[in-house]
Amino acid sequence: MPSALETADNPQQLKRIVIEPLTRVEGHGKVTLLQGKNRHIRQARLHITEFRGFEKFIQGRPYWELPVLVQRLCGICPVSHHLAAAKATDMIVGATRLTPTAEKIRRLMHLGQTLQSHALHFFHLCSPDLLFGYDDEVRHRNVVGMIEDHPEIATRGVLLRKFGQEIIRITSGKRIHGTGAIPGGINKSLTMDEIRYLQKDITEVIGWARSALELIKRIFYEKYDYHMGFARIETSMMSMVNTDGGYVLYHGGLRARNHVGETIFDHVDYRNYSDYIREGVKDWSYMKFPFITSLGEDEGWYRVGPLARINNCDFISTPLAEQERKEFAGLGNGLPVQSTMTYHWARLIELLYCTEAIAELLADNDLTGTDLRTRGELQQTGTGVIEAPRGTLFHHYQIDEQGIVEKASLIVSTTNNNQAMNESIRKVANQYLDGNRLSEALLNQVEVAIRAYDPCLSCATHAIGKMPMELHLLGEGGELLDRLEKKVTGEMIRTI
Amino acid sequence: MIAAMIKPQTAKGPDKDKLIVATAPLCGCFGCHMSLLDIDERILQLIELVEFDRTPITDIKTIGKCDIGLIEGGVANVDNVEDLRAFRNNCDVLVAVGACAVNGGIPAMRNHFDVKQCLEEAYIYGKGVINPHIPNDVEIPLLLDKVHPIHEVVRVDYFLPGCPPSADTFWKFLTDIISGKPVHFPYDLIHYD
Repeated sequence: MPSALETADNPQQLKRIVIEPLTRVEGHGKVTLLQGKNRHIRQARLHITEFRGFEKFIQGRPYWELPVLVQRLCGICPVSHHLAAAKATDMIVGATRLTPTAEKIRRLMHLGQTLQSHALHFFHLCSPDLLFGYDDEVRHRNVVGMIEDHPEIATRGVLLRKFGQEIIRITSGKRIHGTGAIPGGINKSLTMDEIRYLQKDITEVIGWARSALELIKRIFYEKYDYHMGFARIETSMMSMVNTDGGYVLYHGGLRARNHVGETIFDHVDYRNYSDYIREGVKDWSYMKFPFITSLGEDEGWYRVGPLARINNCDFISTPLAEQERKEFAGLGNGLPVQSTMTYHWARLIELLYCTEAIAELLADNDLTGTDLRTRGELQQTGTGVIEAPRGTLFHHYQIDEQGIVEKASLIVSTTNNNQAMNESIRKVANQYLDGNRLSEALLNQVEVAIRAYDPCLSCATHAIGKMPMELHLLGEGGELLDRLEKKVTGEMIRTI
Repeated sequence: MIAAMIKPQTAKGPDKDKLIVATAPLCGCFGCHMSLLDIDERILQLIELVEFDRTPITDIKTIGKCDIGLIEGGVANVDNVEDLRAFRNNCDVLVAVGACAVNGGIPAMRNHFDVKQCLEEAYIYGKGVINPHIPNDVEIPLLLDKVHPIHEVVRVDYFLPGCPPSADTFWKFLTDIISGKPVHFPYDLIHYD
């Protein structure tokens, strides 16, 4: 069930506190908190406040534009949208099986993208919270502070991301919004020079990924109870797995398990996803609320992304990542690992997997093949699903006889986590904010919970803050109990 | 020439030698911000030259007085308008970065439709939507009927084209302006796709 903090009975009489814009997440969002008597939190919501309307304005466009057009949903994980749309248009052009070269180049592109996205999230966005603490000074709590205080860790992060971006550039022509995948295949394979260029750094890159994992484990164990309990919620989880139940990013069947690890559905052909997943609309957010149909709206919400993938898979194909997965699974004592902060740990296991899998693929002769594209008979619908860095991403299109898009449906990865992110901030509100005097550091804890999910609010939205941070706490009778002002410098001043 | 003038007039903050830079994404995809980060290890040099004020990678939520403001994305709702004006009021040099800020970009494709049609497609006719209705709450900013490039709302000093502008384009722009030189791009930095 959604927490009681989703909707307060008498919002008009409560004090509104806003955290806007959310920072060190990709894209935009804001959180509102309503506080009542004795500073009790009565309502907490994560709002997604902007809307772009892709589903409408791609109507009337030819299907072959989709992979390059819809990737403009998101500049952080454009490859995910590029490939999900490409997979859907493969179906449309009747390409039931890609050539080995096409499939492997796409997989390589996707590994590069997952690597760069995870590195960005950990090093550029979240490491300041983890290494400096959520209550560190505002002007210092960012990637510049990291470069100054921990130059070797920060530089490694920059270089890991660079390596992933270089793979994207070489497979798609550009680091952001490239053109590699086309309906039924790809437009270019790799040259030996390009492969050698990527191979020369790969051993070092695997080493950096291993040390990142050592770092997160050290951080995690230093405050084990805090990290296990912070914003913890228990949910079902969904991801794709291959036919053996193994870990996949590019292609597989859908698997969902409940909070104690029992199967809800397994090996579902993703073309039928709409039989298993539906979406609710709430007034206060432009992001929809998906749920597993058989469990209903109240019980059926779930989580996706690194934590879901590592929990749901039976094994990982690469040796170092598999060893790490086993150690991670131990945290759950036979049950799925549910702690929200373990997203960071799971994400870095994935980062290690990506480096190992890239090394394997770079040794594959098919990368230089010349058979790039297949096609068959034109179909009227196409569905493409992929495990994007942030979770399962669904694209579905319908076209007319001329190949013009008539209808499009998208469930972006972050949308799957909508209810879970809302529940996590409500947990933080109960754990740390309830009854307390307001402070910038306490409010940052709300953002720490959201950042764990690595939400890409760009995919769903774009809003940006205008509120000066001045927080008033009023009693239910309207009397001023507390007032905080946040200066541009980030300094908080209590003015009562 | 603006670049040559700004430094003595406005340099401020804890480190007087550094220019202060703020960035904001409006209605775009964040790709321009990512492309800025694609300067890779040159970020180590950049932070010797500039100090960041409000950007999505710091936790500074309100813009202060800045030398340079970089705006990604077009103007699609009332919040975008207010934020853009706050940037114009606080930045000596305001830069439209990337296709969406320069001419509206892909999000402006919705200008061919009514806002209502776009909302209905997502929330009323969407596949698998169980309780179709259009979100409507005081916390959600009103959409504008069209998506606008930023120069239709405020005065803009520089335009960096590209979807996104490449990391080298950002680097050339910032290093030229920081050193007080007129900004000049070779052809390959403004030719893209």
